[in-house]
Amino acid sequence: MPMTTDRKRQLLTAALVAPAGLWLFVFLVLPFMAMVVFSFGERAPEGGYQPAFTFAQFANLPSRAAAFWNTMMIAPAGALLCLIVAYPVAYYLAVKSNPKYRLMLVSLVVVPFWTSLLVRTYAWMYILGSRGIPNLLSMIGIEDVRLLNTPGAVLLGIVYGYLPLMIMPIYVSLEKLDRRLLEASADLGARPVSTFFSITLPLSLPGVMTGVALVTILLLGEYLIPQLLGGGKVFFIGNALVDLFLQSRNWPFGSAIAVTLVVVVVIVLTVAMRIAWKVSGSRQVDLV
Amino acid sequence: MRALVTSVYLFLYAPIALVVLFSFNAGRSASEFTGFSTVWYGKALGNTFLITALQNSLMIALTSAVLAAVFGTMAALGMQRLSSRSRAIFDGLFAAAIVVPGVVIGIATLVALVEVFSFVNPALAAIWPGDKPPQLGLGYGSIIAAHGLFSLALVTMIVKARIASLGRDIVEASSDLYATPFTTFRQIVLPQILPSVLAGFLLAFTFSFDDFIVAFFVAGSKTTLPIYVFASIRRGVTPEINAIATIVLVASLFMILIARVLMRDKTTKVQAGE
Repeated sequence: MPMTTDRKRQLLTAALVAPAGLWLFVFLVLPFMAMVVFSFGERAPEGGYQPAFTFAQFANLPSRAAAFWNTMMIAPAGALLCLIVAYPVAYYLAVKSNPKYRLMLVSLVVVPFWTSLLVRTYAWMYILGSRGIPNLLSMIGIEDVRLLNTPGAVLLGIVYGYLPLMIMPIYVSLEKLDRRLLEASADLGARPVSTFFSITLPLSLPGVMTGVALVTILLLGEYLIPQLLGGGKVFFIGNALVDLFLQSRNWPFGSAIAVTLVVVVVIVLTVAMRIAWKVSGSRQVDLV
Repeated sequence: MRALVTSVYLFLYAPIALVVLFSFNAGRSASEFTGFSTVWYGKALGNTFLITALQNSLMIALTSAVLAAVFGTMAALGMQRLSSRSRAIFDGLFAAAIVVPGVVIGIATLVALVEVFSFVNPALAAIWPGDKPPQLGLGYGSIIAAHGLFSLALVTMIVKARIASLGRDIVEASSDLYATPFTTFRQIVLPQILPSVLAGFLLAFTFSFDDFIVAFFVAGSKTTLPIYVFASIRRGVTPEINAIATIVLVASLFMILIARVLMRDKTTKVQAGE
């Protein structure tokens, strides 16, 4: 009996999505389930994992409170700092820049985001390290300046690393802004400052929200920047996880921390999306 | 305003420029430029550990990006034909693959694979007819799998956006003119989505080539270029690292620029036509 067109259609659809579905299941869903199972287990004497059902790992979370505290303080602070630097740039690109060069200027912002974060963070390690700025300062008589391995260095690295990701969504929301609104406001006698605060800023809020949420969420899992610029003194959850998995080999406790991190990410994401929806419906981001 | 924006661009590019500049330093110093030389590049290229790491990174990035480009494009094409409920499940999983921090993806893949290997390896040994049963372990395969996850989501997202922007009318016109669905796909749909597929491939390649944290967990005894660079940085800052960093930068710069040209193709044409 020949196959009906409907049946053929279904088979084709299934064949098209099957490889991706399998990949998602085997390398995302299953590993995540394994991690949850591990988080209720115990550390084997020689390191690693042995089966158990205990909440001990979650009860032990406060012993890594410093990592959580640092992450929950520095990640939003870094995102806000990013926003302060990013907004004027996005505004300039979308509203003030010459349209002829706009595409090139936007490209110049995006390109660093897709180059190695490791290399870009290394650049600051290099500049802030003893042979960089402190060395130059000592030539003019200012001795013993420590820049590397401070919270400031970590914040600087964050702004540097994530600035493109903050600029883009704000730029997109400002670019969509209807210029006639600005003209109408000016025609009605509003000064530029009041036009900005009553029209431009509120209409760009979705972009601002998206940027802050994106950067905060990515920062919650950051490892390289605190590792290289915080030098073990300013450490994030990511650093605690590397330590637990690759050094002290306490996999169940590490899994419990990782599960908690995912829960935190989901909470931040949900709250951010709620607010974004309230501000406006549009959530388009152009990362490339 | 202009001055502020200019200084932000300087802030974005000056540190990178400094790394590149000192990769050409004749001396060992990181703060005093004592003359132009390519000696550190020679040193870097003569370093067999580095070359092995580079080869590994290229192979892993190429494999994971090709797989992601093929499967991601298939998924993007298939998803529009799914029921809205199945589509929502796929959308959710792809979003999770992008949003879940790399450090967690690395850990989850590590624990799951180690657990699977602890069952599979003894079983393999039991049924293997010869003396030396194969031992499954972490390595190229696990890095490709973990990188492929993010890349797959990335390609699907990009290609799906392109498909959504395609006009249905041209597809309908094609079938009205008695083209078979396959001919329509090959002659109408594929040429239009190809730039986005290529862009997705290049971004996936760049992601894998630059990723440190995921590979750090699942690499086993293998070394990728970022893992090698990270280990070298911990041993101390030298102009050799600057030379390696410059090579990495140029490689990813090249990729991202091509990707942008491919993705902006349509927009630039429209703007040029204005």
